[in-house]
Amino acid sequence: MPDTPDIADRHDAVCVIGAGASGLAAIKNLREHGFEVDCYERETSVGGGWNWRHDRSPVYAGTHLISSRPLTEFPDFPMPDTWPDYPDHRQVLSYLERYARHFGLADSVWFGTEVVSVVPVGDGRWDVTTQSTGGGSSRVQRYAGVVVANGHNWSPAKPEIPGDFRGQVIHSAQYKDPAQLRNRKVLVIGGGNTGCDIAVEAAQQASTVWHSTRRGYWYAPKYVLGRPADQVNDRLLKLGLPLRLRQWLYRRVLGLTTGDLTRYGLAAPDHRPYESHPIVNSQLPYYLGHGRITAVPDVVSFDGASVVLADGRRIEPELVITATGYRPRFEFLAPELLGVGDDGRPDLHLHALARQHPTLAVVGLVQADFGLFPLAHWQSVAIARWLRLRVSDPQRAAAVQQKESTRPVASWSRRRVVPTARHWFEVDHADYLRAVEGLLHEMEPAQ
Amino acid sequence: MKSSPVLRFDDWTDPVRPVERELISLTEDANKDLPPVLFVPGLGHGAWAFAEHWLPAAAARGFAAHALTPRPGGSRRAQVHDVVQVAASLPRQTVLIGHGAGALVVAYAMGRYPVRAAVLAAPVMDGWPTLWTALKTNPLGTLPAVFGGRLRLNRKQLFSAGLPDERAREILDRVVARPRRELVVHDPAPRPVGDPPVLVVGSPDDRVVPRSSLDRTATRYGGAPLLFPGMGHDLMLDVDQAEPIEAILDWLTKELGTGG
Repeated sequence: MPDTPDIADRHDAVCVIGAGASGLAAIKNLREHGFEVDCYERETSVGGGWNWRHDRSPVYAGTHLISSRPLTEFPDFPMPDTWPDYPDHRQVLSYLERYARHFGLADSVWFGTEVVSVVPVGDGRWDVTTQSTGGGSSRVQRYAGVVVANGHNWSPAKPEIPGDFRGQVIHSAQYKDPAQLRNRKVLVIGGGNTGCDIAVEAAQQASTVWHSTRRGYWYAPKYVLGRPADQVNDRLLKLGLPLRLRQWLYRRVLGLTTGDLTRYGLAAPDHRPYESHPIVNSQLPYYLGHGRITAVPDVVSFDGASVVLADGRRIEPELVITATGYRPRFEFLAPELLGVGDDGRPDLHLHALARQHPTLAVVGLVQADFGLFPLAHWQSVAIARWLRLRVSDPQRAAAVQQKESTRPVASWSRRRVVPTARHWFEVDHADYLRAVEGLLHEMEPAQ
Repeated sequence: MKSSPVLRFDDWTDPVRPVERELISLTEDANKDLPPVLFVPGLGHGAWAFAEHWLPAAAARGFAAHALTPRPGGSRRAQVHDVVQVAASLPRQTVLIGHGAGALVVAYAMGRYPVRAAVLAAPVMDGWPTLWTALKTNPLGTLPAVFGGRLRLNRKQLFSAGLPDERAREILDRVVARPRRELVVHDPAPRPVGDPPVLVVGSPDDRVVPRSSLDRTATRYGGAPLLFPGMGHDLMLDVDQAEPIEAILDWLTKELGTGG
């Protein structure tokens, strides 16, 4: 098929979509494997969701890391060791900016440009249509591969609550500053880390705080035995303790630290430890104990000035913040390319590699008991090595693909989880990284 | 569960404690198109060992030049941590130049941080042959170190005959070396990440690093060693120190393809 003249062929170059943490890792690792990269970023600077200047950033003034520094930094570019255990969002952004500068990544980024569509043209190649953010004429370029790194924490998942409400309802994405809470009666909906963090900020600012959760969770403290809790947890992994024993220890440690929260009206967890995304918050139990936060069950409906709860109680908040998370969105890709099912869930090998399209991959679409950056790093190393191997040794690449197709999903994906969309991409970081490492070994270049 | 380059349980469960690091820097005349260079000294040496000749030589060629003093009594893991911390703190992808046991630290650091390029100068990469050579050359100075004491290096090991005695004495007095067991007993250095260019330099008359070890190291990094006959182990302090550093900087300039 002859090329249409208005399609610029970029030959062996790879297209990366998004210049947040995952996109930057993808650019760096693809370039390190000898690829030319064109990255398209709708905003005018790097950092993605971590850049509070960006419209779609979920960051608010008090955002801190949930996982500790050594488990969050890129493995090849550590954060300064003088930084705190849990850096805040300004530090994380400055870290991403330094990472981009250190490796000269901005040279490969087209800022203020969004991707409109990505279409396979056969032979593993892709036509990528871009245009200036917010309009303008579009342009089509052809690439040898596409790495999607558009993030999954920007399109708010808003609960549908029946009835009319006289007060204000915002999603946590619109919560930016504690001043929004000051001296108001606030209801925070959602038991995730964001919901808990905002409930705690509300406890420090608002006049009254209700925190609504649908089910009981395991609320882990940020510190255990004077160490960040995730570092202590990894000690158990390092010792190779089996899951059942770790679950038992988890219950014991939480019993000794957080204690029994059901006496504050919270539900008991309906699942075992490690079967939901970890909630790490030392202050929530503290403010429950001080009466600054009142735990309430699920919200059933709105009724004028009131919010009706599952137990029939009515409360009258002025502000409702729904910390109900985000959904991944890939508007520029036909759903079948990512194996998206009826429920909207993409089905990717290692949550990264499109099963039917060997030159299409997604970076950063995982949820773990760990920082995202190291996972995005190793995913992008694997993708870069895979794309390189396809070119340099197609026979070996086919063998790798064959072998990977037999890798059991349960070996890298956490299967026993609370069945909600929040846990679509939940992995255990050690199992997951071991699977990615296995793939890397299969593709190891000859020394 | 076993640790690996991907599963870094040591760093995740027991991060290296931060220390105040001594860094000597010459950056005033730095050319922005050239990467920063970080010198990593070996056993018993500090940033001072480079401050005299090699640091200004690199700066004169337009490189932002830095030299790091290893933390006192630091394990290799801590030393690698410090090198990677400093490299990552510099504005651009860094060139690492390690000397002696510092070259081993650089070799490990390369397994973690994608260096722009690396130079292993008189690298102490093979523990047992190096120990054997030291015992033969300087038995009285070496034996105490085998039992955990101080290593007393002598002038025959570090310098050529051309270096004036009082100068040699002065340097030897500054060298306080307490080698750790892991300098002799260690796994082979990891494969460098990012496939950087690596140069091995040394002297066939080095009484610390045997010639065979130099060849082995160079082969491992896909080349032959660049040799400076007649020089002692301390390439950066011996009388002819200008020759190796100029050759290193020529190589760097060529590898970086910047022409400057």
